[in-house]
Amino acid sequence: MRYLPLTPSDRDAMLATIGVASIDELFVDVPEAARLSGPIAGLPDHASEIAVERHMTALARKNIAAGDGPFFLGCGAYRHHVPASVDHLIQRGEYLTAYTPYQPEIAQGTLQMLFEFQTQVARLLGTDVANASMYDGSTACWEAIGMARRITRRGKAILSSGLHPHYVSVARTMAKYTGDVLETGTPELVPDTDYHALAEAIDADTSCVVVQYPDILGRIGDLKPLAEACHAKKALLIVVVTEPVALGALKSPGEMDADIVVGEGQSLGVGLQFGGPYVGLFGCKEKYVRQMPGRLCGETVDADGRRGFVLTLSTREQHIRREKATSNICTNSGLCALAFSIHMTLLGEKGLRDLARVNHGAAAAAAERLQMVPGVTLVNTSFFNEFTLELSQEARPVVRQLAENGILAGVSLGRLYPGEGSLANGLVVAVTETTTAGDVDALAGALEEVLK
Amino acid sequence: MTINQSGWRPTMTEKGGESAASTFTGNKALMLEEALIFEIGSTETTGVDFTGTPAESDAAMPAKAYLAGLEREAPIGLPGLSEPEAVRHYTRLSRQNYAIDLGLFPLGSCTMKHNPRLNEKMARLPGFADVHPLQPVDTVQGALEVIHQLAHWLVTLTGMHSVAMSPKAGAHGELCGILAIKAALAARGEDRRVILVPESAHGTNPATAAFAGFAVEDIPATADGRVDTAALKARLGPDVAGVMITNPNTCGLFERDLKEISDAVHAAGGYVYCDGANFNAIVGRVRPGDLGVDAMHINLHKTFSTPHGGGGPGSGPVVLSEALTPYAPLPFVEQRDGRFELVEEETAGEHHAASFGRMVAFHGQMGMFTRALTYILSHGADGLRQVAEDAVLNANYVLRSLEDVLDAPFGGAGPCMHEALFSDANLAEGFSTLDVAKGLIDEGYHPMTVYFPLVVHGAMLVEPTETESKAALDQFVGALRSVAERAKAGDPALKTAPHFAPRSRLDETQAARKPVLVWKDAEPALAAE
Repeated sequence: MRYLPLTPSDRDAMLATIGVASIDELFVDVPEAARLSGPIAGLPDHASEIAVERHMTALARKNIAAGDGPFFLGCGAYRHHVPASVDHLIQRGEYLTAYTPYQPEIAQGTLQMLFEFQTQVARLLGTDVANASMYDGSTACWEAIGMARRITRRGKAILSSGLHPHYVSVARTMAKYTGDVLETGTPELVPDTDYHALAEAIDADTSCVVVQYPDILGRIGDLKPLAEACHAKKALLIVVVTEPVALGALKSPGEMDADIVVGEGQSLGVGLQFGGPYVGLFGCKEKYVRQMPGRLCGETVDADGRRGFVLTLSTREQHIRREKATSNICTNSGLCALAFSIHMTLLGEKGLRDLARVNHGAAAAAAERLQMVPGVTLVNTSFFNEFTLELSQEARPVVRQLAENGILAGVSLGRLYPGEGSLANGLVVAVTETTTAGDVDALAGALEEVLK
Repeated sequence: MTINQSGWRPTMTEKGGESAASTFTGNKALMLEEALIFEIGSTETTGVDFTGTPAESDAAMPAKAYLAGLEREAPIGLPGLSEPEAVRHYTRLSRQNYAIDLGLFPLGSCTMKHNPRLNEKMARLPGFADVHPLQPVDTVQGALEVIHQLAHWLVTLTGMHSVAMSPKAGAHGELCGILAIKAALAARGEDRRVILVPESAHGTNPATAAFAGFAVEDIPATADGRVDTAALKARLGPDVAGVMITNPNTCGLFERDLKEISDAVHAAGGYVYCDGANFNAIVGRVRPGDLGVDAMHINLHKTFSTPHGGGGPGSGPVVLSEALTPYAPLPFVEQRDGRFELVEEETAGEHHAASFGRMVAFHGQMGMFTRALTYILSHGADGLRQVAEDAVLNANYVLRSLEDVLDAPFGGAGPCMHEALFSDANLAEGFSTLDVAKGLIDEGYHPMTVYFPLVVHGAMLVEPTETESKAALDQFVGALRSVAERAKAGDPALKTAPHFAPRSRLDETQAARKPVLVWKDAEPALAAE
């Protein structure tokens, strides 16, 4: 076995040192009835690299990859070009095969990177502070709702109908157990966000209002009046960003006075990966830092006065506080945070703004092109790199039909909101720097054909 | 704009540090200091070009912008580096990290085994890495088949009924199991409020149970490091929802009575959650399903070698008993007529109406599934059994090679499983487990887990894993023996160790008292709004 260094003679020598005659004697505490006498039947034995590679490659080939043809899916996961150096660097063993930095003297690489990541995330989101990452955007979102409950000591969260329905589902699952009451609704295929109605709904029991920016249909709304409405009733505004590249073009939620801003960081450095692993972003105002979930890295000095970094404020965390912790999260998304951070460093402010401009420009051109197709209406008047089309027929079969022709046309709202007839004709289309004008033409042509 | 125009050098005291050679740069040959990106980068520098990008021709800001008048105008303050600078920055930083690739990483309960590179290669196949979670299921049959095949292995290896694949890490898996228990109780119309957790449990266990709204009650350990079965049984009753037990436990011992405990818990109407963090010790030799377990998470980043990555991503699938299977979270994969289906909210209503809901936006840690399946296929049923045997052999070898110099509180009672536990009982007055740990750093090792489990004073938990050779163990044993002897002799140099690491002991009190969590620029123009 190529991964097991012990030789049979090593094993014999070690058993002799231990003072037992066989390996079975080391498993003596396992009750007789539970001991397996040999390898579990019905499973194959070990295999060479060649054989495993052949097996896995065959499986991979059964999928259509985003790069195989015109591709327009978004809704919480976006295809972006990741510079080659990002994947090279995250595969350095010193990052890849390190543990959570519990021994800071020999983990300054990871810790300094986390400090840089926290700062990049805080600046991107416009918050005072950010943590060292969460599992993904959806779990960051419900952790934020829990945090708002702890801060306000109120139990009603008002969720925008423009919040990703899977994020709503996750929050609903957790709310069943935490006792939070969630108010939520289904989006309508109209150009405006529901921010105004949300502001009206805030009352004295409201812990927070949760909105997505841009929202699930790609729409953009001004957060400032909503933040004011929240604060007037002593509720918090939580803003969810599923496309961080948008913040290279759009005012940050923090600038508009959001209290907690969470996000899905997958767009930068991480890749699509069929949904995971991704990286949750979590930022907030400084006054709430002690109610934050997750790991935090902080600056300090060593015994010789040199600057260094450590995990800090761990009295919030499960390994210290146990049942009184702010969250049960332990392992987070360190390597994805590194990929995000390297990609962001390669971009810098100039590159991020360029990337955002290219995305928005390409999306605008695509939206203008696609709405020329008979049977297609553009719902949005505002969007960043993702917008919603209303087709003259149900979008889901259209998406399937186009997939058969090698075009991944977008996310049908029928997939996200099964059973919601009013949304069945909706198709959310994402356009990034990886999309060519030819891709858009191909989509337009195929839609024209199908909608005839 | 250059964010740091002053040029950067590491902050030094006038004495320069006991072990710091006084060089102009602060570097010591191959031990290289590295500034922060905020000190070396500038907001005008970039390592990414967009000229000639497919979409670039469309991308002069469009005649009509659709940004609702919310253009970001204020500076963001994100420094950029060109590619050569970025590669150097992150390469230099990486060299300040210890890692499995550099040497034995005996962090108890963390299973720091070698991460095979074939796993990395397979996870990067475009058919896995470049696939969107919301593509039509006909276009992702291979991805669903990976999940299905891995699920089959996990279910078979554990002797359980089903597996929920979506939890993102071990603690998330615990939550999955506990929510399934809660849902099962609710389906019976029972509102049991108490979860029993042994004192030796990982901190995530009580945190998870509390999150789900349970009251957590401790169960004491016996003198031989195991759950006090009598005390546990005595506490069972109509208010007890279940127990959370780690097996093998955090003392590195097999819970001999687990089947008896499970039977008693079931008889009292409760469920058994098993923390599977230590599954590596028994994979292929014991099936938790045979011990009466109802739910157990499996850390793919421990037993199945997906990389820890400096703190994640993990992956925590949860195997479930028949009793809990109806409550498993969405989504999951089913095979029907040779085709793989994704069961989500839409179809769950028909035949999976009791599911407690969704835990994550998409389908779990696919990138970890491909790695874990690659690892499992490489080892096969025979190799996985050998993994457990070698892991246990290595741990017992360390235990018996050091018990003359370090106190092994449970060493006399018999063999350990995959990890060897020592205490600080034999150290000189004023010397602690922390000093031993920091001394090991100077010897070129990451320390063992320290001060955990809580049931042993000054605990040192050593988990060598099966991917260490005998020669590597012998050298580690020699190093730990040497450090332990210095701690017993009261060597004062140990109190200030490490001396040869990139940093000496860091002031954690200061970090917590006045937290500095983000970089603050000197120039007010760039300060975050």
